[in-house]
Amino acid sequence: MFAIYKREMRAYFTTPAGYIFMAIFLCAAGFIFSLTTLQEQSTDVSLYFQILMIAYIVLIPLLTMRSFAEEKRNKTEQLLLTAPVSLWSLVLAKFLAAFTLFLGTVAISSLFFVTLGLYGDPNWGRVLGCTVGMLLIGICFIAIGMFLSSLTENQFTAAITTIGALCGLVVLAMLNGILDNYVLRLILDWVSIYSRYTNFTMGIFDFSSAVYYLSMCGVFLFLTVRVYEKRRFA
Amino acid sequence: MIEVEHLVKSYGTNLALDDVSFSVGQREILGLLGPNGAGKSTAMNIMTGYLSANAGTVRIGGKDILEEPGEAKKRIGFLPETPPLYGDMRVEEYLRFVYDLKQCTYNRDAHIDEVCRVTRIADARRRIIKNLSTGYRQRLGIAQALIGNPEVLVLDEPTVGLDPKQIIEVRNLIRTLGREHTVILSSHILSEVQAVCDRVVILDGGRVLCDEKTDSISRTIQQNSRIRVSVCGPGKEVLEALRAVPDVLSAMATGEREKDSFSYFVESAPGADVRKGVFFAMAQGGWPVVGMEQEGYSLEDVFLKLTEAADTAGKKRKK
Repeated sequence: MFAIYKREMRAYFTTPAGYIFMAIFLCAAGFIFSLTTLQEQSTDVSLYFQILMIAYIVLIPLLTMRSFAEEKRNKTEQLLLTAPVSLWSLVLAKFLAAFTLFLGTVAISSLFFVTLGLYGDPNWGRVLGCTVGMLLIGICFIAIGMFLSSLTENQFTAAITTIGALCGLVVLAMLNGILDNYVLRLILDWVSIYSRYTNFTMGIFDFSSAVYYLSMCGVFLFLTVRVYEKRRFA
Repeated sequence: MIEVEHLVKSYGTNLALDDVSFSVGQREILGLLGPNGAGKSTAMNIMTGYLSANAGTVRIGGKDILEEPGEAKKRIGFLPETPPLYGDMRVEEYLRFVYDLKQCTYNRDAHIDEVCRVTRIADARRRIIKNLSTGYRQRLGIAQALIGNPEVLVLDEPTVGLDPKQIIEVRNLIRTLGREHTVILSSHILSEVQAVCDRVVILDGGRVLCDEKTDSISRTIQQNSRIRVSVCGPGKEVLEALRAVPDVLSAMATGEREKDSFSYFVESAPGADVRKGVFFAMAQGGWPVVGMEQEGYSLEDVFLKLTEAADTAGKKRKK
């Protein structure tokens, strides 16, 4: 498992994939950050995170689109699947590699808050809560992106379907504000990845939401394993 | 070492393998032979655990590939149809990755040195895989399969895309490997299997047509002996004279000609040597014999005969 993780990490940096992800992520985050806090002369970071979350729709697919699709196209998956490695460790290794890069990039972007601390007095609880919430949403999206990447052998198909799926989740959250039916709203509220995030923006560590995000991630990793299992049996 | 029993595999409505069984002994080189689409690659993919079968079992050294995949896969080195190479890695890095992936416990650097030496890719160790030629890629694919010194090597069309010199090298390599490993290789080139393998399993349309030792397979078909004669003379009369020679069963023109001579296939009864008779018959007619050689049957003939036999049997069954 460690061998695959190491290779994945290497591949992010010997191909442009990792650099592109980091560059676009940091550019977008920097831009959003300066617009929402520096220009507004505000220390409230919740808007920054909310907009960044929309940017995830495009950013996360950059990270996950190649993970399985590329292996399939290059036929290298035959090496991985005939090696004495379980499907779970294969999927987990790839997930952890994507997560490591994501975590690193988020860590770099957290340097923004240092400026905020130097010139103002932000609510650190909220900053931390939002960051944790964003990380949780991030791993959820990575799992979804990897699952969709395992279904195709074309990176672009993988990227576009991931963007579509993540957009769908946003629309689902928006519907929440439009619908009149209380029961429907309650269900949507409970299911929606976005509305679960609200508590974090207030600096509250919402344990049930954390569990929700982690299990969502688990479900999609499980589905990815099943895709491979099914292909073996189909 | 390898036992394949009653494998059935279908892709949708297309039956790729239909009750295929064979076994391979220790240190034996088995050739899987068949035209494209015969089910060779499918069989190999199932043996290595990449695909699973609809029915049937595969055991590698007594370990079932589905029940104990980890144990079974450790014993196999697999070269798929397309070598599974990462273009962005260097040869050395790639081999180290495969070494770690297979969780080997040898001395890593010494083992990789050895594999590079055997497959003759040592001079390309620092090169990026993307830039390698087909020959190097194929050999790197074999190197990858050799890492971890597995007991069984499964090589899917190992000489495809190589130039003649490399083909000879790879065949020699496989023969050497066969001294210490059990090797299964697939091919649609008949002479290759004949040159390398101890035993041949011929597949066609997902069925096993024949499973025999390479020597005995050529022998069984060689009931009749056949010679090729080149004669300068009028075609019709030469043919008639050839047919009149004692023990000759049939004679026909091959359609080849060289300046003023034509060549003919002459088939004789089993065990009879008609070469002298042919010579005297031609001498009598005053037609110089400019060439005469004994024609052995190649596996190609074996294959055609077997497929024809299976076809007619199939047609009879349908009627």
